[in-house]
Amino acid sequence: MESIPSPPNRLGLLGWLGGGRRGIEAYVFLCQRVSGVVLLLYLSIHVFLTGARLFGPEAWDRLCKMTHLFGYHYFEYLVFAAFAFHAFNGIRLVIIEFGFGLGRPERPVYPYRGSTHKQRPLMIAMMVLTAVLIAAGGFELVRFPH
Amino acid sequence: MKDRETVTFRVQRYEPGRDAKPVWADFPVAVQAGMTVLDGLLQIRQQLDATLAWRFSCRMGLCGSCGMMINGKPGLACNTQVHDVARKTLRLAPLANFPVVRDLVADLRTMFAAHAELKPFLVRDDKAGIEPGAAEFLQSPEELLKFLQFSYCIKCGACMAACPTMALGAGFLGPMPLTAAHRYNADSRDQGFALRKPALAGPRGAHHCHYAGECTRVCPKGVDPARAVQLARRDLLLDLLRLKRRRPAPAPVAEPPAGEHKAPIEAPPFTARAD
Ligand code: SF4
Ligand code: FES
Repeated sequence: MESIPSPPNRLGLLGWLGGGRRGIEAYVFLCQRVSGVVLLLYLSIHVFLTGARLFGPEAWDRLCKMTHLFGYHYFEYLVFAAFAFHAFNGIRLVIIEFGFGLGRPERPVYPYRGSTHKQRPLMIAMMVLTAVLIAAGGFELVRFPH
Repeated sequence: MKDRETVTFRVQRYEPGRDAKPVWADFPVAVQAGMTVLDGLLQIRQQLDATLAWRFSCRMGLCGSCGMMINGKPGLACNTQVHDVARKTLRLAPLANFPVVRDLVADLRTMFAAHAELKPFLVRDDKAGIEPGAAEFLQSPEELLKFLQFSYCIKCGACMAACPTMALGAGFLGPMPLTAAHRYNADSRDQGFALRKPALAGPRGAHHCHYAGECTRVCPKGVDPARAVQLARRDLLLDLLRLKRRRPAPAPVAEPPAGEHKAPIEAPPFTARAD
């Protein structure tokens, strides 16, 4: 296809924020991506830290003490929150992306209520479960401070 | 409300060869209740600047020509009333995620090339259903409902401009073409799933969708592309698990009586202008 001279017109990351002007599903999509990246980052930090065990119990203890200084456990709690969100929302996405929970195709009658509306109860249920898990984690953190 | 209010139409202008990058131009438009964005653009062209370029044809949400970014959201200029979206300033730009031809005119050829790749027409082993005038097929209301919603698409490209996956690059066929593919896959007269599968399941296909739902949100015809894409994925999964039943071709129910049988008209070959 012959291309025409054109200024750049792809929205790029801005399109993640406002392509269709942000339905709730778009926010959830954004959070899914961000939490995914957070989990990936954590994985590399986690592998690095636990790798200290290779150098004996003293090295491991020293590193543990050091992480306490930086409030690492609070960071871990945020990671836990990202995990809870990513996991439950991931379950919703698996269900939806295989065509379930979306309702059957219907005659479009204005005002349109599409599949995004149909799957919303599932989304709300998953977000409630996420909130419960995050709250339970927070309770543990308060009950057993490090 | 006053009879007429002035709304500033802030329009993105770009002329290839002259402008290095797009610039914004302001036009004061006298707006009255019920006036559409398209009416406003026509007013600009008649009274303020005859060189402003955009596309339109039917003026009633049927042809899909007048898709553009209206205050940053893709929509049709002819079925958006100015007062629903702006009181003071209205920003208009060409549909995002497509190259710009000039001013508000986006180049939709990438969308139509993807559309053609997905074979958006009835495919049958026996050819009976695709020779015009050759036969009729019975279709129950339930069978019709499986694809009717998706056949309302007017190819305006609003969904493509709203899709966050499209926003990042050209590695996705996009909601409109994928919806068109599912529209035919879901049609009881069609047997073309295997033909569409390579593109549908390929690296630019349905699995690239992350269900942000923005396409469904902006579609001016209630087509619900997000639903079509997920249903296409379900078909692909069932096919992978060998659970997808191959539909028997429905037999013609109403062949024209002898003597009235018209010679089949040679249908023009399907060509996409993907030159
Ligand atoms: S699916 Fe809707 S938004 Fe997308 S091209 Fe068709 S009519 Fe336009
Ligand atoms: S002019 Fe035809 S859809 Fe707007």
